Amino acid sequence: MNDNGQSGLARLTDNLKAIGNTFVGSVFRNGPPTSDKTRAAAIYNNFFMHIQGVKTHINTLRPTYTLGLGLMSFFLFLAVVATGVFLMVYYNPSVENAFKSVKNINFVVFGGKVMRNMHKWAGEGMIIFVLLHMARVFFTGSYKNGREFNWVIGIVLLILVYVLNLTGYLLPWDQLSYWALVIVANIMQSPKELTDSLNITRFFDVGTLSTEFFLAGLVPGKEALNRVYMFHVMVLPMVIYVFIGIHFWRIRKDGGMTKPEVFTAQESDSGYVFPPQKTGGIFPTYKTYGLMELAQGKTPAVDRDVENTVMSWPNLLVAELAVLMFTLAVALVYSYYVDAPLKELANPLIPENPAKAPWYFLGLQELLSYSAFMGGVGLPSLALLGLVLIPYLDRELYNVGIWFTDKQGRNVSLEAFVISVIVIIGMLIFAVKFGWLRNWFPDIPQIIITFVNPGSIWVGFVILWSLHVIKRTGSTRLGAMAMFVMFLVSYVILTYFATELRGPNWEFYWSKDQWPIH
Amino acid sequence: MMSETQDKEGGVSRRDFLTLSAFAAAIAAGLGVLAGVIRYFRADVRYEESRSFKIGKPENFPVGSVKKLDDKKVFIFSDENGFYAISSVCTHLGCVVYSTETGFQCPCHGSKFNITGKVVGGPAPRGLPWFEITQDVDGSLVVDASREVPPGTKIRYA
Repeated sequence: MNDNGQSGLARLTDNLKAIGNTFVGSVFRNGPPTSDKTRAAAIYNNFFMHIQGVKTHINTLRPTYTLGLGLMSFFLFLAVVATGVFLMVYYNPSVENAFKSVKNINFVVFGGKVMRNMHKWAGEGMIIFVLLHMARVFFTGSYKNGREFNWVIGIVLLILVYVLNLTGYLLPWDQLSYWALVIVANIMQSPKELTDSLNITRFFDVGTLSTEFFLAGLVPGKEALNRVYMFHVMVLPMVIYVFIGIHFWRIRKDGGMTKPEVFTAQESDSGYVFPPQKTGGIFPTYKTYGLMELAQGKTPAVDRDVENTVMSWPNLLVAELAVLMFTLAVALVYSYYVDAPLKELANPLIPENPAKAPWYFLGLQELLSYSAFMGGVGLPSLALLGLVLIPYLDRELYNVGIWFTDKQGRNVSLEAFVISVIVIIGMLIFAVKFGWLRNWFPDIPQIIITFVNPGSIWVGFVILWSLHVIKRTGSTRLGAMAMFVMFLVSYVILTYFATELRGPNWEFYWSKDQWPIH
Repeated sequence: MMSETQDKEGGVSRRDFLTLSAFAAAIAAGLGVLAGVIRYFRADVRYEESRSFKIGKPENFPVGSVKKLDDKKVFIFSDENGFYAISSVCTHLGCVVYSTETGFQCPCHGSKFNITGKVVGGPAPRGLPWFEITQDVDGSLVVDASREVPPGTKIRYA
């Protein structure tokens, strides 16, 4: 009953008056983060925060270490998901209405154009930032020391980002969508190049099988659009949510970001680390409290370098918010001024000339122009396999957490950079000027061209050069670095080459001004 | 103890046998489901145009003429040896080729074909296919794009 003799109604009134405080207090049960104890609780008692550690190493907070690239990719992803839902309000995945509904979004719907631009640019931005993030992780050696599998998950995320972008640009059903879908269908058919040469197509027609799986037939049509839509808005997003979750979860389980073995806080670090506030609380500075301390094994950074950690609240959260605001602001301004392309309605009778994929696939398209199977299936698979294998073939734990490892690492990277620029450009000049095998031997069997073309020769060269570096320096890390640099350089150069210097009939032109006029 | 006696007899213990059988059954069921999924995705009803189509009476194709049927993606040739149909879809990545003085040219990646559809340049893995031409009971010619014939097959119809 009543302890202090208050009437029931009076208690109800008191409770009603206090409802603001009691409600907020029931949501945030630790009170305001005014001491290290409550700051820690603000992290570990919060569903959204507890993916992060209670304390964060200063090295993680240094902007020059991570450059915020992974976070930027993630925030762009959030923007893509949010804008995608808005686009689904008006988009209609049918051959008759898809193009009209995209035009509606673009030109009539209030705010539709910015929504669509943002969806497009944030999606393409993810490609750039995921690649840059991968480069950061690679050059700081952060795929080592228990993080091998998380690197593999990162590659899976990279592939998913590409496939989501690809399925996305098929949806407006404009000329780009249609002919891209035709090209995708034919790339999936291209294992025929190999099975035909080996004369086993009759028994094992993997090309036709996969094309029918994705396109419900061999010719892109309404069924294909329906399927691509389903993959784009449902299946692939669900898959990527799961993998992003695992990716983040493992970072946490691995004890946060990598850091150098020997770390000294510098004067400049005070620029982004708040001075510790020792107001109450039970946490001494030399100790971290968290589940990590109960963990066994060598993965988490238990008891290592605790004097260089600071409270995540507010240090890490402020940094993350800053990256979020920066990313969204840039994406929004860019989307406000730059429009996502929309070509004319799909016309199955007239291919565009040149029929170019979006920029991020043009490097591949250049390889495709040598051999459909090698460029579209063989070499990309080989490159992805190489990336996946890196942490398993290079297990040296020397100087993990330091950009480019050491002076020799910088030299090997620079050397690989110069050599790949020279070799790639030389190879392109050769292929443009002199053509390739079929120009010299018209009757040459297809299987020779499938295996011996500029693309496969380049990949062979990369492998040989990396082996040479490993042999010369005795270090697998340096070999991996040479390989990774060459991979990045060839991606960039081939993309530029195919974007700017390839014209009608996929012929070479110094500039668009020289394209013949129809 | 049990395994010792089993080892002497050289057989698999009952427990191991049942475990293995269970695993094998699970794997077999999984493969069956996978095959079913792939088969499910393979559409039985296709909203595509029939790949076999009428192109009109033989007299519409006088000797020496070349007609490009844009929507059917095929060239119909007629010479003194008869009619023949060559696909206008590039075997590289499916773009539509156009005819030139020396044969055919693909706009997408620069594949070149000679007048009989044989690859003479570029990345196309094989020549342009020739399609079967038959004559329907009403006298019209029928092209079946799902049936290829060896290049050089020309058929005369009146």
